[in-house]
Amino acid sequence: MASTDLRDRRPLSPHLQVYRPNLTMMMSILHRITGAALYFALLLGIWWLVALASGPEYFTFVNGIFGSWFGLLILFGATYALFHHMMGGIRHLIWDTGRAFAIPAAEHMAWMSLALAAGLTVLVFVAGWLAA
Amino acid sequence: MGRGFQTPLRRARGSGSAHEGTSHFLAQRVTAVFSILLAAFVMVLAVLLAGSDYETARAVAGNPFVAAGLLAAAATFVYHMMIGMQVIIEDYVHGALARPLLLAANVLFCGLVFILSALAIAKIAFGA
Ligand code: HEM
Repeated sequence: MASTDLRDRRPLSPHLQVYRPNLTMMMSILHRITGAALYFALLLGIWWLVALASGPEYFTFVNGIFGSWFGLLILFGATYALFHHMMGGIRHLIWDTGRAFAIPAAEHMAWMSLALAAGLTVLVFVAGWLAA
Repeated sequence: MGRGFQTPLRRARGSGSAHEGTSHFLAQRVTAVFSILLAAFVMVLAVLLAGSDYETARAVAGNPFVAAGLLAAAATFVYHMMIGMQVIIEDYVHGALARPLLLAANVLFCGLVFILSALAIAKIAFGA
């Protein structure tokens, strides 16, 4: 809608759409997405605690949902989000000390955190499967 | 009032978009560090309790040390995610009504989530 308001016609600096997507930019966005996902995924943990507090019947019911293929899929995604966000958070904490801002270092940390997040997620599920 | 002798920089200091300066930034970092330890604790617990029955899970989670860890995790995660979500809302929502409403909803949601988890952990720990 054409507006004569000066505010609507002021020039804007280039934004996201003019940049070619790159690794560190994707990781930055993913840190926020995983953080927001964890905001809601925490409810899964609380649900399990409430079930455990409620008694054997409800606990078995909730455990059944978590143990179904669909439940495990959701838990796998939530666990990956947690480890991805944790590794991203550690990268932030390293940057906060003034280190690793050069592009090669930042990209190296990005690949490392992807590998570690995937590895830790698989580790938790294999260990859980062995323990169960 | 009482700020007449301050330079403009002094007055601007400590005032970000949330008017609380760097306190949230620092709290985000401190809770992040604790979250690493507490998330590791929760993951280990999840592995140990995978597939266990009600009695076992209740006994393990009811141990005072484990319950204390769970409560610390709930408090840390909820505070960390509350200030994190506040930043997200402040970044994207600018409506005169939507912004304060969502900011308030965030605090309400996080408060309720923490109360619920604290009550559940307390019930498990005290064995009611
Ligand atoms: C496991 C260890 C964790 C670490 C090391 C960590 C670290 C961080 C850091 C450093 C930030 C600030 C990012 C920035 O300034 O751009 C952040 C943001 C955030 N975190 Fe975490 N976090 C952790 C766990 C969690 C958990 C468990 C949740 C949710 C329950 C969570 C939710 C969020 C949210 C919603 C944000 C805001 C995202 C944004 O502003 O882009 N985090 N985290």
